[in-house]
Amino acid sequence: MSKKLLLQHIDVPGINTYEVYRKQGGYKAVEKALKEMTADQILEEVKTSGLRGRGGAGFPTGMKWSFLAKPEGVARYLVCNADESEPGTFKDRYLMEKIPHLLIEGMIASSFALGANTAYIYIRGEYFYVHRILENAIKEAYANGWLGKNILGTGYDLDLYMQIGAGAYICGEETALLESLEGKRGNPRIKPPFPAVAGLWGRPTVVNNVETIAAVVPIINEGGANYANIGVGKSTGTKLISASGHINKPGVYEIELGLPVEEFIYSDQYCGGIRNGKELKAVVAGGSSVPILPKELILKTAAGEPRLMSYESLGDGGFQTGTMLGSGGFIVMDEDTSIVKNLYTFSRFYHHESCGQCSPCREGTGWMEKILKKIISGNGTLSDVDLLWDIQSKIEGKTICPLGEAAAWPVAAAIRHFRKEFEEYVTNPQNIVDVKHYYRVNNLAAV
Amino acid sequence: MNVKIQFSEKALASVNEIIARYPADKKKSALIPVLHIAQAEFDGWLSAETMDYVASILEIKPIEVYEVASFYSMFNLKPVGKCLLEVCRTSSCWLMGAEDVVRFIENKLNIKEGETTADGKFTLKTVECLGACGYAPMLQVGDKFYEFLTLEKTEKIIDNLDSTGKRSTYNGWQTGKESEIIMNRVD
Ligand SMILES: Cc1cc2nc3c(=O)[nH]c(=O)nc-3n(C[C@H](O)[C@H](O)[C@H](O)COP(=O)(O)O)c2cc1C
Ligand code: SF4
Ligand code: FES
Repeated sequence: MSKKLLLQHIDVPGINTYEVYRKQGGYKAVEKALKEMTADQILEEVKTSGLRGRGGAGFPTGMKWSFLAKPEGVARYLVCNADESEPGTFKDRYLMEKIPHLLIEGMIASSFALGANTAYIYIRGEYFYVHRILENAIKEAYANGWLGKNILGTGYDLDLYMQIGAGAYICGEETALLESLEGKRGNPRIKPPFPAVAGLWGRPTVVNNVETIAAVVPIINEGGANYANIGVGKSTGTKLISASGHINKPGVYEIELGLPVEEFIYSDQYCGGIRNGKELKAVVAGGSSVPILPKELILKTAAGEPRLMSYESLGDGGFQTGTMLGSGGFIVMDEDTSIVKNLYTFSRFYHHESCGQCSPCREGTGWMEKILKKIISGNGTLSDVDLLWDIQSKIEGKTICPLGEAAAWPVAAAIRHFRKEFEEYVTNPQNIVDVKHYYRVNNLAAV
Repeated sequence: MNVKIQFSEKALASVNEIIARYPADKKKSALIPVLHIAQAEFDGWLSAETMDYVASILEIKPIEVYEVASFYSMFNLKPVGKCLLEVCRTSSCWLMGAEDVVRFIENKLNIKEGETTADGKFTLKTVECLGACGYAPMLQVGDKFYEFLTLEKTEKIIDNLDSTGKRSTYNGWQTGKESEIIMNRVD
């Protein structure tokens, strides 16, 4: 059994309630942080832990915290990013639904470390019933003295509020999230200034993912050095992986970073192999934005080493032969999957979600969707494939926020690794009807 | 402004509670949560009158409300059926047969995606990833997620909704203990 730090008590009945959570040792990290540690000591532990942002970019959390500006007399904020809209990702929902107090405990300890007296959890609008669970947990935390004025008699005050979004992937981008939290359209801001200097209402703000903030709890409880001992190299600790697609056991798994990809896919402890005895064809390992890899390259690096679930190993080979850990949205496709059609669902998604501020993103995503639609409907030409390649290559680095790149990378990777399939689509469109694009719903085994 | 509509007392209490979550001069931050409440209160969509009313409550210009309401996909700027059926069609759901679910509903209700049935009961919409990828295919109706869909299950869900005849919306102001916490993993 690999070590669990976040989901250790997930199977304890009632762990979503305050009483049970507390009985399992919950809120000890807050006690320790507020009573025995200074803000700087907590920051040091987080730095030592090597924790990297779990929202997708993997930026070292301790370093991000140390950038927070602290001008006298100006309020600063911690904002939790619970927007979770990257296709293939549903881990934050799982954590908030099953063990909401872990997030709240992390929010309190982190806010104390950052010197914030107000904190917000920005959660995507569609997670209706999670809103209720969170609101309820926040009330319980207030009622038991973990939030509000003079927490544990230490003189530290903290108010924590939930804020709901309304259906916009772009609001997961941290500056768009702040705009949305201010009651505006979710248009990403030009950086600098970064949120650490001018964030919510122009005041210093740290934005962190749900899982990042939850990980602060075991780091305080067990110490940063112990946390850093788990994992491999600069990929320390554990990571929640959302597994979906053609596998026997879809769901959320907490893994120690460094687990071999092959074990994750085939072991009964995790995905349990490909369903219906099919062969693996390809994997999108870190949410829709990261490059897709064919079977050979997801199981082994170009050098023939086993591929590991870590920032470095998944990134090995750059985008030529590698990918990214991203948000941990692990989408598995079997031998019958049409890579071109899957890509179309991604391109349609990015076109729909582009905020429209930058022409390369707004126009490029629209063109990519259009061309892919033309190809899958059997009217494409070989030059369309080249045009698709050309368009994606003209987006990267030319936009305000990384959504442009997130839209371009999947297109580039699909053409890079599966060009033959695109060519088959345009040269033999009459065969397309014979391609089994997806499982027929009625063939699904009862779950 | 001559505004005629009005929130119920309960909704108004929640609106005020939400406004109190921000610094006094940052009332506008309450806009999105308040629009959710407004949509649930006034027939599941946001009319110009509703948006003007929200603007007056938050002391902002109506245009500030329109530009936000039109940006976010959860806000309906046109009337919708009593039950808005939203089927996710992005990658993981597509891999598991979301297209079949959409086609099945289209045939069953005799409408195309984006349309509303003649009796005003159902609107069918396809949407992007709702964070249920591992429990695909999935369908959202109001505040419920229906997951691990099969065609039989989809049919039952629709028949049940049909028989209750109730509007399915998100009661945005029901927070905390007073609301029933439903785990909507309807398997
Ligand atoms: C288009 C886009 C969407 C994003 N969506 C999310 C999201 O849903 N959740 C999240 O935590 N981070 C998301 N991010 C990353 C955030 O901008 C930010 O890096 C993150 O919240 C920082 O938290 P972390 O350092 O704890 O990962 C997104 C970024 C982009 C460009
Ligand atoms: S890259 Fe796309 S989503 Fe990001 S700011 Fe530009 S137009 Fe908006
Ligand atoms: S892809 Fe359908 S819920 Fe994520």
